[in-house]
Amino acid sequence: MNTTKKEFLHGIKDELPILVGVIPFGMIYGILALDAGLSKAEAQAMSAIVFAGSAQFMLVQLAAIGTPALVMVLTGFIINLRHALYSASVAPRVRHLSPLWKVFLAYLLTDEAYAVTITHYAQEGEIRHKHWYYLGAGIALWTAWQISTAVGVFLGAQIPSGWSLDFTLALTFIALLVPTLKDRSDLLVTLSAGTVSVLAVGLPYKLNLILAAVVGIAIGLWSERK
Amino acid sequence: MNSFWVIMLLVGMLTLGIRLSFILIFDRWTPPSLLQQALRFVPIAVLSAIILPELLINDGRVNISPSNLRLIAGVIAMLVAWKTKSIIWTILAGMGVLLGLQYLF
Repeated sequence: MNTTKKEFLHGIKDELPILVGVIPFGMIYGILALDAGLSKAEAQAMSAIVFAGSAQFMLVQLAAIGTPALVMVLTGFIINLRHALYSASVAPRVRHLSPLWKVFLAYLLTDEAYAVTITHYAQEGEIRHKHWYYLGAGIALWTAWQISTAVGVFLGAQIPSGWSLDFTLALTFIALLVPTLKDRSDLLVTLSAGTVSVLAVGLPYKLNLILAAVVGIAIGLWSERK
Repeated sequence: MNSFWVIMLLVGMLTLGIRLSFILIFDRWTPPSLLQQALRFVPIAVLSAIILPELLINDGRVNISPSNLRLIAGVIAMLVAWKTKSIIWTILAGMGVLLGLQYLF
């Protein structure tokens, strides 16, 4: 098997555990979207056009209460602002690629694809073909999101919340995070970002994540300079 | 075309713009070394910021006590992740503990 194909399949494989947590969300989104008054076509199209779970949930909730269009657009924008951090983080890794690759990989840059991809980039090995891994992880997530949306929209099916499948997402992120904590600076970043995120969880639009990341990064830099 | 389609398209374009932003900016402009150093911390900071509220917040309130089953399951999952470096074992351990405790209590 050649390297590109191997990287692509590796990306799909590493994304699979995350899908266990994502699929129930997609189904719930599909059901909520119809409850909020969206047509089936609108509900399904939003998963492809916006392709960002939290923003989609927020938009259907706002649509249900008749929010003005401008407020909805701004809200979607602010919720997705955290992706700028991911963009900056992967930018040096995709610099050698063509514009078309960059646009397509950017379209696939979600929390879930970013988490496994950046971990893979941080590992040893040749960087030249790792964008195929990113593509595999991104397409796996994209496909699962579209299909789970469709199951919610067209079948109205969902997975009982008592199964707590949403927790697998946090567990996957734990599995990705913990082995990368190597020194004191890393630990300080973890503790400070985690604490700020909890304290600021009341902020709207997931802004606690951005605030926590900025504080955590600043503390990491400060710790390295000492 | 009704307005919801317009909203979706605008949010979709803005989202793609955000996701593409620094990928394009860093093409033309090499960030100073301090910023490059900062980027190294992005994954740790973001993942921690996503994980901790999931473990510590129950029903909208911070709950640091044994009655918080997700916190217990999460701490055990951290130990398993640290020992095994395996995503599958971490998920199995965390879900096993959580579902087991949910069943018992």
